[in-house]
Amino acid sequence: MYGLGILKGLSVTWKRFWDTYIDDISWAVSGKKRYRTEEGIKHRSSKNTKGIFTVQYPEEQLIVPEEFRFLPFLVYDELADGTKDIRCTSCGICAKVCPPQCIWIVRSNDPVTGKPVAVPAAYYLDADICMNCGFCAEYCPFDAIKMDHNFDIASTERSVYNLERLLKPASYYAEIRPQNFTMEEEARKAKEAAKAAKAKAAAAPAA
Amino acid sequence: MATPTLTQTVDLVARFPGKVTADERPGYSGFIVTKESLIEVATAVRDEFGFDLLSSLTGVDYLAENKMEVVYNAYKTTGGAGLEFKVQVERVDPIEVPSLTGIWRGAEYQEREVWDLYGIKFTDHPDMRRILMWEGFEGHPLRKDWKEAFYEEEIKPYKSRWPEGKHTFAEDRNPFHDNLNLPKDFDPEKYVVDKEEDLYASLERHTMKDEEGKMKTDSVVVNLGPHHPSTHGVLRVAVTLNGETVMGLKPVMGYLHRNHEKIGERNTFTQIIPYTDRLDYFNSMSNNFGYVTAVEKLMKIQVAERAEYIRVIMAELSRIQNHLIFVGMLINDLGSMFTPAFYVFEERELILDIFEAVSGSRMMCNYYRFGGVVRDVSDEMLQKIKDLVFERLPAKTDEVERLLNENELLVGRLKGTHVLSAEDAINFSVTGPVLRASGVPYDLRRADPYSIYDRFDFDVAVRHNGDMMDNYLIRFDEIRQSLRILEQALKQIPQGPINSQKPNYQIKVPAGEAYGRIESPKGELGFYIVSNGKGNPYRYHVRAPSFVNLTAIEKMCIGTKIQDFVALLAMLDIVMGELDR
Amino acid sequence: MENERLSLPNYNIPEDLKDVVAITTLDRLYNWGRRSSLWPLTFGLACCAIEMIAAQMARYDMSRFGMEVMRPTPRQADMILISGTVTKKMLPVIIRLYNQMPEPKYVVAMGACASGGGPFKEGYNVVAGIDKFLPVDVYIPGCPPTPQALIAGLIKLQEKIDKDSLKKVRWYNKEKKDGNYVPMPILGPDLIDVRRNAEIRDIAAAKTTQESA
Repeated sequence: MYGLGILKGLSVTWKRFWDTYIDDISWAVSGKKRYRTEEGIKHRSSKNTKGIFTVQYPEEQLIVPEEFRFLPFLVYDELADGTKDIRCTSCGICAKVCPPQCIWIVRSNDPVTGKPVAVPAAYYLDADICMNCGFCAEYCPFDAIKMDHNFDIASTERSVYNLERLLKPASYYAEIRPQNFTMEEEARKAKEAAKAAKAKAAAAPAA
Repeated sequence: MATPTLTQTVDLVARFPGKVTADERPGYSGFIVTKESLIEVATAVRDEFGFDLLSSLTGVDYLAENKMEVVYNAYKTTGGAGLEFKVQVERVDPIEVPSLTGIWRGAEYQEREVWDLYGIKFTDHPDMRRILMWEGFEGHPLRKDWKEAFYEEEIKPYKSRWPEGKHTFAEDRNPFHDNLNLPKDFDPEKYVVDKEEDLYASLERHTMKDEEGKMKTDSVVVNLGPHHPSTHGVLRVAVTLNGETVMGLKPVMGYLHRNHEKIGERNTFTQIIPYTDRLDYFNSMSNNFGYVTAVEKLMKIQVAERAEYIRVIMAELSRIQNHLIFVGMLINDLGSMFTPAFYVFEERELILDIFEAVSGSRMMCNYYRFGGVVRDVSDEMLQKIKDLVFERLPAKTDEVERLLNENELLVGRLKGTHVLSAEDAINFSVTGPVLRASGVPYDLRRADPYSIYDRFDFDVAVRHNGDMMDNYLIRFDEIRQSLRILEQALKQIPQGPINSQKPNYQIKVPAGEAYGRIESPKGELGFYIVSNGKGNPYRYHVRAPSFVNLTAIEKMCIGTKIQDFVALLAMLDIVMGELDR
Repeated sequence: MENERLSLPNYNIPEDLKDVVAITTLDRLYNWGRRSSLWPLTFGLACCAIEMIAAQMARYDMSRFGMEVMRPTPRQADMILISGTVTKKMLPVIIRLYNQMPEPKYVVAMGACASGGGPFKEGYNVVAGIDKFLPVDVYIPGCPPTPQALIAGLIKLQEKIDKDSLKKVRWYNKEKKDGNYVPMPILGPDLIDVRRNAEIRDIAAAKTTQESA
């Protein structure tokens, strides 16, 4: 009563006000940099954060977690001779599973035999329909499409991405998602080893 | 734990011979009531059998059988299983079904929605107008033979995407031509826009006289929204005022009607999951939870043990951040701009960091799958959640309470305003914290436990006055109970697989119907799903708590002051994505 | 004043006047004034609006860009952020708000829905992008764009304003009469874009002959 409740509430804001200085000073005294360092950003996103909470984008950026997803991109492996080996086989699963149906794929055919070839002739992704759900990356059996971390992609016109725009090297993928990348590489190596062993076993009795 | 054991089987067939038959279609349950005896049966369901809460009311269009069906799901507020009954009518216009608004007033908006989307007219309904689309819109869009302008194919995936997928903009391919629903000889220049008369006619107009009867005063009609800084999105409310006192009030919605259900019926079962994120966009985790619960009920599959715990942890974290935002927004609407909102958004950001790390997105999590969740929570992340739950969040909740709860101005504004009695709350089908603040301890986690909520020790938060102050305080009670559940879940979580099913994007769901519901932070979130055994649902309906809770707004507002109205909207905790769908 | 942004190089200002005088063009001064205090309209539509609110809160703090003054009335706003799905029912309201805004005015389409219809594009009540009706300056993809992505988009808008010239901006264009007024669509049997009345009449007539045949 008599405004005591208001004063009690104001004590919280008062404490918060001083917290900003106390935290800044305690960091300065301990000789660490609170701003524009990874340590400082991590501190501001941790359970112990108090004081200034702002992460000053664009000068400093929040550390995005590995699973963070924005728009998808297509992965290619760089071969020794510099050519791009596109992992996509144009099987069409991503286009089928996409909830808003924002993926268009043209399957390429062999000009001689007319049979389908495991490379997409064209690949379109309408970024203004995509809902960033990550289903394409989740259900792709070839690890060919992955979700990007790059969110700074505002433009002055509608964005429909074609194959060229979507392609990014596997090294980039390894950089943004190191854990997933190593996991998938190991799984692939194990699979290849198993395949080789099987082939060897099959070849052995014949010889 | 507190699961009621006295769930007597209700046999409507024996009670109403000749009027009620059991629904014997494979996969279906409940009763089919004849149109003529609907009122009689519904009255008995409420009064004799004690199903006092009409949870969901929706329509289904069985085009092949040439039938329209209205499905009712009623429950007891004391807990236990529900009762489902249906009315079937011939699919010949005009389609008419008696209105149940005389029995459950919570049916009012839901019946209007069925009229809007299916064209089933409810006789004796007090206000039979369109609710989501505008008056004058051509056709009833959820009918199976109605097609929209960008119609491409009946079901997804579309064949034009692969293997010959030439990108075209839908609007170029179909610049509103083929499916633009225009009446014959429509001339846009002669078209008269006169759509609001019914709305204003539905508001009670008052002409008042002063005591001597000499001077006449008229009431004023004021439109709040859809662009209004504090209508929580694009809600519009038409109000008649006598001075500052509200005489009549009608919400106008549909400004964010995104055709969730029509799109949902085209999607495959898996594709719906990310769409549910966008229902109540504060709580995508809870929405996912509700939807997968309903489909799992239909598929009759078990959920992996560890996944159950992860689901509960995420849903409860979601509840905490929802209630924190509620506090910030309520105080904002009461006029204390920003400071409390700034404080609570800090905690929300920390919770969203966890969502982002486990699911990949801050708001649109798309995290639950049938049979489990999409990816495991690492030990490091569990530690982070523990840090928040055991250390930071309890302290910060206390801090927000210290900041606000005893503030005389706040107490003065909230105490005793907008009282909703328990009887009214039940009759209006209000659920969630608003119902519990009126003194009804009805929480689905306890009343009809789903997932593994029966393993946790927690209290159902309940307050008894039903005014704004109780509605405000109960959110803190719920945050505390959620923290209790989280503490237990985080200690008990076992190791193991996170999904009982193999990843599969082409899920077939057995034919039948299911109504699955969960306690979302805003109230009872239900999903009514009809499958015909294919990869896409035949009918997909969302029983949105925001939408149904709003039915009580007229009752709560009339006779109060207009300046409290905005606070009431904040208190009902509506979110437009869910309200309009 | 931020001299490095405003003053032009290649002007020989005497050494002792360097901190006192800045020589610039009218365009630069104008753009600098515009970009540094973009007041957005308090206008939320859907999910993206929540991220817009989050962008104003402590962690992202839009006020660092002079954008914290959200005006509830369009009369005082410089920029409208279309933050969410544009529905047919809402479209006339949005266009009325836009017409009420004083010039110069900027439109930012935030998120997939506002840019091109987004996941709800196929819906019967959804407009496939606000750019069918309003001149959009910046499109921000994402569903929803994170607050940082939103700020990145707003920086893009500032860059765009930097390149403006008083001669070219659309609001001082004398030849086009009422160049910024967008006619209000009508909510008829469907959304009626009054700019395409002739086409619509033809469709209705064709439908009538088709049905009678």
